Amino acid sequence: MATAISARRAEDTKPTQPKISTRNLNVYYGQFHALKKVNLDILPNRITALIGPSGCGKSTFLRCLNRMNDLIEGARVEGSVLLDGEDINDSRTDVVALRRRVGMVFQQPNPFPMSIYDNVAYGPRIHGIRRRSMLNEIVERSLRQAALWDEVKDKLRQSALALSGGQQQRLCIARVLAVEPEVLLMDEPASALDPTATFRIEELMQDLKERYTIVIVTHNMQQAARVSQYTGFFFKGELYEFGETAKIFTNPDRPETEDYIRGRFG
Amino acid sequence: MGVRQASASAGVRERRAGATFWSDRLFRVVVVACASMLGLLLLLFAYELWKSSLLSMRTFGWQFWVSRDWDPVRERFGALPFIWGTLLSSIAALLIAVPLSLGTAIFIAEVAPRWLRQPVSFVVELLAAIPSVVYGLWGMFVMVPWLRENVQKPLAERFGAIPLFEGPPVGVSMMAAILILSVMIIPYITAVSREVILAVPRSQREASYGLGATKWETIRYVVLRYARVGILGAIILGYGRAVGETMAVTMVIGNRPDLTLSLLQPGYTMASVIANEFTEATSPLYLSALTEIGLLLFVITLFINALARFLVWRVTRGEGRY
Amino acid sequence: MKVSPLHERWRRFKNVAALTLAGVCAVVVMAPVFIILAYLVANGIRSVNLEFLSSLPKPPGEVGGGMANAIVGSFYMVGLGLLISLPIGVGAGVYLAEFGNTRFGYAVRFMADVLNGVPSIVIGISVWALLVVPMRSFSALAGGVALSFIMIPMIARTTEEMVRAVPNSLRMASLSVGATYARTMWSVVLPAARGGIVTGVMLALARAFGEAAPLLFTALGNRFWNFYLDRPMANLPTQIYEYAKSPYQDWHRQAWAAALVLITIVLVLNVVARVSTRERFRALR
Repeated sequence: MATAISARRAEDTKPTQPKISTRNLNVYYGQFHALKKVNLDILPNRITALIGPSGCGKSTFLRCLNRMNDLIEGARVEGSVLLDGEDINDSRTDVVALRRRVGMVFQQPNPFPMSIYDNVAYGPRIHGIRRRSMLNEIVERSLRQAALWDEVKDKLRQSALALSGGQQQRLCIARVLAVEPEVLLMDEPASALDPTATFRIEELMQDLKERYTIVIVTHNMQQAARVSQYTGFFFKGELYEFGETAKIFTNPDRPETEDYIRGRFG
Repeated sequence: MGVRQASASAGVRERRAGATFWSDRLFRVVVVACASMLGLLLLLFAYELWKSSLLSMRTFGWQFWVSRDWDPVRERFGALPFIWGTLLSSIAALLIAVPLSLGTAIFIAEVAPRWLRQPVSFVVELLAAIPSVVYGLWGMFVMVPWLRENVQKPLAERFGAIPLFEGPPVGVSMMAAILILSVMIIPYITAVSREVILAVPRSQREASYGLGATKWETIRYVVLRYARVGILGAIILGYGRAVGETMAVTMVIGNRPDLTLSLLQPGYTMASVIANEFTEATSPLYLSALTEIGLLLFVITLFINALARFLVWRVTRGEGRY
Repeated sequence: MKVSPLHERWRRFKNVAALTLAGVCAVVVMAPVFIILAYLVANGIRSVNLEFLSSLPKPPGEVGGGMANAIVGSFYMVGLGLLISLPIGVGAGVYLAEFGNTRFGYAVRFMADVLNGVPSIVIGISVWALLVVPMRSFSALAGGVALSFIMIPMIARTTEEMVRAVPNSLRMASLSVGATYARTMWSVVLPAARGGIVTGVMLALARAFGEAAPLLFTALGNRFWNFYLDRPMANLPTQIYEYAKSPYQDWHRQAWAAALVLITIVLVLNVVARVSTRERFRALR
């Protein structure tokens, strides 16, 4: 037991190449400076939580990591986001390929109005997989990874909209997993769910971190403390503090972080 | 909106608790009367058409709808050629208009840069603003001669054996009516499709893009799929326009009550026979027969519009905008 | 996930091709507007002169003359239609906006939309049966009534939208100083919505100006001046129709001129309506 713990410590402190690093990342919505000079390294196979009061820029930051901000009229991104050392903001970047590597789960479950099966198979299908047997395999594997298989295996042909909110969100996770991304971005994935469903999602994240790099935005500090290894605190568009979760929650360096964690604002 | 209304009428109720003002009562009576006028108008149309059709209905019975005779001299009337012409022209016009309208709606809602959306929408809406009789004038003097020389003659020479292109190319024809109709219904289908496409929630698009879909894949498999009921409504709405369109069709279709499949031959529609023959109709039976065609047209468009509105309402009510 | 590079290229090609095709559709759809306007100007502009605008039609076969009576007749009957449809349309619109969330309200809204889709030729026959037959004469009155039936649902629906858009704070402010509800609507809400209602009315007018089908057997047409309500009256759309069908070259020329006059009226109404709408929305923002 003791050796196991120390082994984990050693692994945690071992320097690893960051999966994603941002350098001087700025985002503007029209005149509004939404994100200011953010430098952040995200390690692979860890869960990184981003916390902060609403409007602090944490979701904006997340949306930079797979260039979802491209879809917003008037949004302008400056600086670089390096994925495995390559800048995704480069004009030559293939956004479509990028988003396959960096998947996203949204705040509100957003299943397509199709069957459960077709929802999960959507990604593989557009990426050219047509063989029935292969699709079946992917759908089953993804649903199992998302811990949803047992609940839906008998009703794969039913509409996804008939599922409960928590099931819908896990379906959305399965849908992302089906395209085998390297990074999983989660934008407050549990905020629309009840506590039981939230618990399932958190459990699921622990399983998934073995294979994926996970970044989660949450306004729920307990959740950040429970699930993540690293935490970043955003405030007024800036990254105020970043470090190991235990450190941030027990002994933060900045007074603003402490105020937020103690619930003095936000 | 609901909240605003609820509170507005709450204000009214409060006042009523104190005193009922005769002016408020009068106001309400007046606006209710105005609103009732809309329903009364529909009833009035139905009644007037029914009343004027009675003679024809008594004379011909259901035979009217299946007889292909249209002989004002011998006073034998059957509506089949007009029903056929209306069906053929409107469905064919839909086949041309739907892809073009959907393409345009997609362009406006999804593809065009923001600054271009308003101007394109405006120009497309101008298509709906051009009066029918102006389309007819242009069709008669510009499109029909051009069609005869550049489209119909080559078609007749090469494919004259196919029933679709039988007969001498005379210009005024089913083909001319179909083309002008399709141009005229495009703005309606485009405008409503654009609205229902814009009503597709942003989260649906984001989910698709987030999985690495291209813009086209997102449009094709997510947006159009989500909006399909509303788009169906838009198409039916356009179909209603095509069925009832009168002046332009009358001016280019050739007005001949034949049952033919040929696009090169003159045809006739329910609306155009009324426009073309009503003022010439001398006998009461002739007039009554034309009115009965009008009654059918009324019932058909009533049904089409009710269906279309129902579908469009189901989609656009209460949905967020992208 | 392994993806084949060939399929990736194909997907991107399809994307570009489909989006381009959408653009091509838009161009094809917009083209008729410019083509038709160009032909109208080219064929009509030289004939729109003082004689055309100020004189009566010449007898069939004679060259010259104009459409003064038809131009005036169109304004006369559209004006008559407006006189009838404005109060009814605005009243119905106010009902829908203020009390419309009831069963009856939904029914009325539905009927307004359905009424909007009734072919104008059907409205023509209905008004013929309603007015022309009992009065034993085609008449300007019948023409105006037919046009008003076309405008009523349009005006009702825009009025509804505009009255709904008036902030509730305005209503509350007026009610709270003791104004009656009717007074509030009349002096506060309707004036606030006036700009939008005017826009809707202009679009309805544009449509009414262009309609020939409902006038064919109500107003009929007239080759002379008439200002009486109970007699047939000339108007631009049916005149264009008659002249286009005629065998005379000179009448074809005049039909183009009349169409140019008509489209000018319609376009001016449309453009002014849209521009004022856009400005109002900008002000709200």
